[in-house]
Amino acid sequence: MDILKSIEQEQLRTDLTKPDVGDFVKVHLNVIEGNRKRVQVFEGTVIALQGTGHKETFTVRRLSYGVGVERVLPLHSPKINKIEIMRKGRVRRAKLFYLRDRVGKAARVKEKIVSK
Amino acid sequence: MKKFILGKKIGMTQIFTEEGLSIPVTAVQAGPVSVLQVKTDEQDGYCAVKVGYEDIKESKTNKPMKGSFDKSGVTPKRYLKEIRLEDSEGFEVGKDINVGEMFSEGDVVDVTGVSKGKGFAGTVKRYKTSRGPETHGSHYHRAPGSMGSATDPGRVFKGKRLPGHMGSEKVTVQNLVIVKVYEDKNLLLVKGAVPGPKGGVLVIKEAVKA
Repeated sequence: MDILKSIEQEQLRTDLTKPDVGDFVKVHLNVIEGNRKRVQVFEGTVIALQGTGHKETFTVRRLSYGVGVERVLPLHSPKINKIEIMRKGRVRRAKLFYLRDRVGKAARVKEKIVSK
Repeated sequence: MKKFILGKKIGMTQIFTEEGLSIPVTAVQAGPVSVLQVKTDEQDGYCAVKVGYEDIKESKTNKPMKGSFDKSGVTPKRYLKEIRLEDSEGFEVGKDINVGEMFSEGDVVDVTGVSKGKGFAGTVKRYKTSRGPETHGSHYHRAPGSMGSATDPGRVFKGKRLPGHMGSEKVTVQNLVIVKVYEDKNLLLVKGAVPGPKGGVLVIKEAVKA
């Protein structure tokens, strides 16, 4: 079992900041088009964190042209270039699936004021 | 074919490739194996190497086995295996073989092991026959079905799929790709699943059909 753990440990990325549920984030993703590499930014609210270790994923939800778009991204994927946390959210639950049923002002997450 | 190694299944996990794909892998503790005997065409009529894997205490061996280990100058081993080769040149009695010398990333291999035992299994589990309805007055649930015709032929044909012992048999999975080799840890990562339980002994050989 320890051997498996050590293999999994190797996969972990320590260079990324882990977002919390409710945070508004900008995720910079490496996209390979043919032989060209570029960075694509996906921004939205983190509505769920799932799994542990190198299998951990987070779900980012945003509205794109009035349509809700959610992406489930592995937290330790080499595809992720950078995770920028734009705003911390003050939430009282672990999964924000209720945001799916809301639009406009109701779909906001209160900002958490981080005291230094 | 010259590449082979013995190993033990550790378990499965997933790892990321450089492109960011997450792929399922099986970790195998592979080798080192010691060469006990080299068989050649001239001497034995066929080519093979006999190898041993995993050290055991000397007190665990009986006298005939100890004699054969002493002859090849190898510490006693738990598992012995003869591997047929097209030619057994290049193998030396008493030498250890590590994973690093045998395999590298991207190699295609066949993995042989003994599958997990399922005990006495019915036809639904054993042969994937379809089952009957649970309800609506059905009395036909997981039975094997018809045994055949009536007076003619008057017997059940050979090969009729019936319940019986399932699993615990030798199974080979072909064309698995080696994802990673840890030379220092004697560890192999093979893409996909391999037969048998965790801790089961595996024979990893260069793929026949690659």
